[in-house]
Amino acid sequence: MSQPEIQIEGLEVFFGDGPERTRVVHGIDLNVAQGESYGLVGESGSGKSTVLRALVGLVPDWHGTMSVGGESLQRLGRSKEFYRRVQMVFQDPYASLHPRQTVDRVLSETLALHGIKDGVDARIDRLLEQVGLGGGFRFRYPHQLSGGQRQRVAIARALAPEPKVLLLDEPTSALDVSVQAEILNLLSDLRSEFGLTYLMVSHDLGVIGHMCDRVAVMQTGEIVETLEVDAMRKLDAQHPYTRHLLDSALRSAGHEGMGEAQRSAG
Amino acid sequence: MSNLLDIENLSVRFPTRSGTFEAVRGISLSLGKERLGIVGESGSGKSMTGRAILGLIRKPGEVTADRLEMQGESLLDASPKRMRAIRGKHISMIMQDPKYSLNPVMTVGDQIIEALRTHEKVGKAEAYKRALEMLDAVAIREPERVMKLYPHEVSGGMGQRIMIAMMLIPNPEILIADEPTSALDVSVQLQVLEIMDRLVRERGMGLIFISHDLNLVAGFCDRVAVMYAGRIVEVCEAGKLHEAKHPYTLGLLNSVPDLERPRPRLEALQRDPAWREAPSVSAML
Repeated sequence: MSQPEIQIEGLEVFFGDGPERTRVVHGIDLNVAQGESYGLVGESGSGKSTVLRALVGLVPDWHGTMSVGGESLQRLGRSKEFYRRVQMVFQDPYASLHPRQTVDRVLSETLALHGIKDGVDARIDRLLEQVGLGGGFRFRYPHQLSGGQRQRVAIARALAPEPKVLLLDEPTSALDVSVQAEILNLLSDLRSEFGLTYLMVSHDLGVIGHMCDRVAVMQTGEIVETLEVDAMRKLDAQHPYTRHLLDSALRSAGHEGMGEAQRSAG
Repeated sequence: MSNLLDIENLSVRFPTRSGTFEAVRGISLSLGKERLGIVGESGSGKSMTGRAILGLIRKPGEVTADRLEMQGESLLDASPKRMRAIRGKHISMIMQDPKYSLNPVMTVGDQIIEALRTHEKVGKAEAYKRALEMLDAVAIREPERVMKLYPHEVSGGMGQRIMIAMMLIPNPEILIADEPTSALDVSVQLQVLEIMDRLVRERGMGLIFISHDLNLVAGFCDRVAVMYAGRIVEVCEAGKLHEAKHPYTLGLLNSVPDLERPRPRLEALQRDPAWREAPSVSAML
């Protein structure tokens, strides 16, 4: 493995202007290798989604260095190549698809934006096939689709420019567990088929544990711990906040928690 | 002992352009002083069941039942005025998202006090004191300060605890919680559930807990009814969920990624059309 696909050093993000300007991400470092699936966990407000937004240029006020696929990133604005390489899937499929555009229009517009002109028709069919939707879905509007089907369309849209990196911002948290399983399986399949790199944000440790190789735990804008998923499964975490998260996840999944004794011994 | 709620053959229908849509198709259940979980995917009719009990299905929606009784009193025949008295005083409901269910232009304190004074004749000073105690009971620190805040100034977890305080202050006999924690973070989720659990237990209330998270429900309820396509497909003791037999229940259990027992692939639920047609299982006591 040569160069990491995503490299972030000393990233600081600020929101607001003048006296209101507050630092919401406090200098984080992150390396994601090519073909790796990397997870960011933490509760709402910990800054995990902000990191993704800074990467794709949706946050104007940041410091530090970031590069994707060897291309170092400017403050705002990204090159065409960047957007072909990096695509994002958002949390809420109800909000991220245009309500008055058919699936066909959503996908063909994306293709046109990336300058793909030939074989658009066949490509759309193939994209829908890849995300497990038949051609019958091509001329439907979002309101004619279920939540899981919408998220499949959002994934198809992300795959349209044949990216190398997918940024996944809570891709299943708006879905039912049964549908979540289908979407997670789809994401795993796509990763192995196209050799994609994933940077995935979630507050669900079960999902992260299932999908990712390595995990960074964020709290109030800082990475408090990074660990391998195997270590996470063995509940071998150092930082008290990570242990708290693991404990909550296990107890809400109906397992016995780690318990106070083990927690203080660990 | 008589039951808090008795429901027989409840249906909820909505007329659409392409015929009538039946959201709930003839379910029967009863609720004692227990915690009953209703689990299912979106569209399985679980929330509609909760709303039908409270008379919250709007026209052109249509609710029919052979029996829909609260402690022997028919809720279907109750006048709108009587229903308003029942809501809050006897049956309360906690909704999914505190952001949409708290009044944004009223302080937290005023909302809780209003909830209390609508149902009970108490003086302002007394109501204020009880609201403070209630906030304290849902583990909110500095309740005096929080009373003066507006809903947008509190976090999601806090908002949901305020909702719980508001719903419990008139001391209802029955609490319906519709996905009370799915808008919250895992770490906060548990705290909110524990508070709800404690209060329900202390006050000897009946609880209907509606959720799509089977594991969560199993850890929290006494009985679980699993709904699919508007019918109850299986009822079991929460502790014996691992003995569940219906393929849908098993499918739901298996589709959750498990931190400690990783699998290369999750089992996607295969739906059998026969499940739709199978008669509803009764959850009567």
